[in-house]
Amino acid sequence: MEKKIRVLVAKPGLDGHDRGAKVVARALRDAGFEVIYTGLRQTPEQIAEAALQEDVNVVAMSILSGAHGHLFPKVVDLVRKNGMTDALIIGGGVIPEGDIPALKEAGVSAVFTPGTPTSEVVKYINENVKL
Amino acid sequence: MSNEKIQAELEKYEASVEKAIARFPEREHLPEKRLYTPLDIKDTDYADELSFPGVYPYTRGVQPTMYRGRFWTMRMYAGFSTAEESNKRYRMLIENGATGLSCAFDLPTQIGYDSTDPISEGEVGKVGVAIDSLADMETLFDQIDLGKVSTSMTINAPASVLLAMYIAVAEKQGVPADQLRGTIQNDILKEYAARGTYIFPPRPSMRLITNIFEYCSKNVPKWNTISISGYHIREAGSTAAQEIAFTIADGIAYCEAAIKAGLKIDDFAGRLSFFWNAHNNVLEEVAKFRASRRIWAKVMKERFHAQSDKSMKLRFHTQTAGSMLTAQQPNNNIVRVALQTAAAVMGGTQSLHTNSRDEALALPTQESVTIALRTQQIVAYESGLADVIDPLAGSYYVEAMTNKIEAEAWDYIKKIDDLGGAVAAIEKGYIQKEIQDSAYKWQMDVESGARTIVGVNKFQMEEEPPKGLLKVDEAVGERQKAKVEAMKAKRDNEAVKAALADLKKACQDENENLMPHILAAVKTYATLGEICNVMREVFGEYEAHVSL
Repeated sequence: MEKKIRVLVAKPGLDGHDRGAKVVARALRDAGFEVIYTGLRQTPEQIAEAALQEDVNVVAMSILSGAHGHLFPKVVDLVRKNGMTDALIIGGGVIPEGDIPALKEAGVSAVFTPGTPTSEVVKYINENVKL
Repeated sequence: MSNEKIQAELEKYEASVEKAIARFPEREHLPEKRLYTPLDIKDTDYADELSFPGVYPYTRGVQPTMYRGRFWTMRMYAGFSTAEESNKRYRMLIENGATGLSCAFDLPTQIGYDSTDPISEGEVGKVGVAIDSLADMETLFDQIDLGKVSTSMTINAPASVLLAMYIAVAEKQGVPADQLRGTIQNDILKEYAARGTYIFPPRPSMRLITNIFEYCSKNVPKWNTISISGYHIREAGSTAAQEIAFTIADGIAYCEAAIKAGLKIDDFAGRLSFFWNAHNNVLEEVAKFRASRRIWAKVMKERFHAQSDKSMKLRFHTQTAGSMLTAQQPNNNIVRVALQTAAAVMGGTQSLHTNSRDEALALPTQESVTIALRTQQIVAYESGLADVIDPLAGSYYVEAMTNKIEAEAWDYIKKIDDLGGAVAAIEKGYIQKEIQDSAYKWQMDVESGARTIVGVNKFQMEEEPPKGLLKVDEAVGERQKAKVEAMKAKRDNEAVKAALADLKKACQDENENLMPHILAAVKTYATLGEICNVMREVFGEYEAHVSL
């Protein structure tokens, strides 16, 4: 059987807005990926642990509360510390354009802002994950 | 014209459009009929289903003269950073003609954590103001007369604590509790279903809510004790009919819980209020607002046998749809908000928050907030939409749509009854699944182009990244932490300990109303986190139902 790309969709922090995370999760599943959704209020430690346990290729985080600058880099650090050096880490949500360079610098490969079609996320993952 | 004659003419008309449709195929997502006629409302009895403003079933509005004497309350939701910063924004809004306040709290406050808690890191002051203790609440309302202003607080799981702080600040200002006007959201069921800022499991949460109903009916009689909210259900992706159906089902659950706790329906139902979304489709929204009033009136009269008119009147706050704001070409959002405002006004709202153009990007700037407030003022004073009551009544389409949304909502309410009520339906994940399915369908329609969003999937253009967005100072968290520590060093820690121990004992006795104990605790400057932690110890925490 062909190996499927495994994606962890995660909601770091206290933000309860998960419409986007759930829509993206479902679109990724419909695109043929294995998708695990963490649910709300995950600490960076919990997300890194879930990524390891589930042996995912991609960690996709969503934040709409403005805490991305604090939480995204923390998740990246912890995931890398767990030895998952190849995992693709991406993010989305209400994220001002001006904050994106710093997030990329911190190791978030791509940041998807409001209005992005889910197909674009699918395409990005397909092009950037090597199984 | 007789109905038979209209029917015959309608058939002729339908035959005549085929040529036009062959040339111009019709768009998707249109109402099921292209034309509405008297036939669509021939079974709608004016006296039973519409009647007069201020008269059952209140389809045409809850007040006899609606906006002819007084406009809706123009209430702008605001709050960010520290209590000092938010106090400045509130005073600016009042100076600019806002007639009510609406407090946004940051996530740690909404989930009952202190700013000093490690879990709060990165979130302090971000989506609203950080309130750790009575000291912050005093600063938040500094130089604002709580006897004059009406204040809405978007607070749910710890609503009892924030309300207690508000009462305590008022007391210090010399304003007695029975003069206070305002609203706490206090709607936990939609937190489980759509918004996510829950703390405790459903049972103790429902107890806290009924404790508030009871306490306020005796001590804070002008306070709206709950704002049963469809807004967030819609934001999470529901349809118009789902928004009002799931919310009214939640309302039924609150009434049942209060009655079970020994309250009489007419003692609390008059202080229940609702919160609706004003979405993009103007006429559908007007129909939704009208249908919601009719359903609630019937629920109150037929299901709960309410006697008082007040219990049967669905009063509601409206906010324009945040999820419909686009990050692309943000100035277009001003136009969207104006149309949504028109819908809310033609639908008879009691108060309104208008979103700002830049909110798909960040918290709004002062300039953007002013435009949003001016939008309401233009609709109120210039558009004529507020000049007559329920101006779209009698429109074949709007009346047919009102009936249709009402029927769809009743179907959902029956289904939820069959599942054992709103609490059971949420625990089974039914409501969440219905909302998620609608959200997914919306997104797929946007991606396929079946649904057009201007600037997003059509009429796009190259844009410069927007400038001048509001940025919450990252140092806010540290400053707030220092404030909390300083406050703790000054207060009487023995008194705090005693108040918390007393609260714990009260939590363990199901027959005890917690409000007086919480009020006593906040007056000792016990923090929100300390108070909520006591309740966490006794009540436990809610485990969410996760499904895709």
